[in-house]
Amino acid sequence: MHYSFDIERGNFADAGQASSSVKRLLKQLGVAPPNIKRTVVALFEAEINAIAHAYGGKIDVDIDDGKIVMVVADQGPGIPNLDLAMQEGWSTASPQVREMGYGAGMGLPNIRKNTDELKIDTEVGVGTTVTMTVYFA
Amino acid sequence: MTVKDIIEKLDLQCLNEANLDAEVTGAYASDLLSDVMGNARSGQVWITLQTHKNVTAIASLRDLPAVIIVRGGVPDDDMLEHARDEDVCILVSQDATFQVCGKLYEILK
Repeated sequence: MHYSFDIERGNFADAGQASSSVKRLLKQLGVAPPNIKRTVVALFEAEINAIAHAYGGKIDVDIDDGKIVMVVADQGPGIPNLDLAMQEGWSTASPQVREMGYGAGMGLPNIRKNTDELKIDTEVGVGTTVTMTVYFA
Repeated sequence: MTVKDIIEKLDLQCLNEANLDAEVTGAYASDLLSDVMGNARSGQVWITLQTHKNVTAIASLRDLPAVIIVRGGVPDDDMLEHARDEDVCILVSQDATFQVCGKLYEILK
């Protein structure tokens, strides 16, 4: 099963829509609650990162019997230092984004903790693609 | 302890009557959204001063039955609308976070 969602720059009001749809789908498919939890935490964080930092993007989700693969691809500034970005507490979020309670530098660490495979391809000035896999078994 | 019991014991204002009979297993107090996303547990009530729509998105995604907004905070209109759609109970306390946590801890411990 394949699903796609669009990400609009700065559109925090719709943040979580993709995660919410995916949660509903996984519930219908009878996926175990801890795996649903891991999936939605990772997807929500990736969604927020793209909304907060990029200029737009797309989410592609593929679900089969044993796993879910989520690809969040944005056009944006890219991540100049990925090692730094993966560190808990490091953030480049704007003051407005921080005021909403984001920007604590917990997004990427949350993604890493909740996925079985994580791949981040990023190019400065071009964009970032985050590929996350959660196995249900 | 249900959401309804907590409303009565903490004298909270209830802005939408959702999950009133849901069992509350504990509480999580934080204004950092990724902290709640990553560390809250299903069944917990979320105590925060944040009043925007992403709060209900996270509460719903993480199966948190209710959110207690502290210090008489007023939720954004789209937060309340979203809370109705997603069945998240929005509660308001006139107390600050510390007092709400203390009172809840006493009745949930």
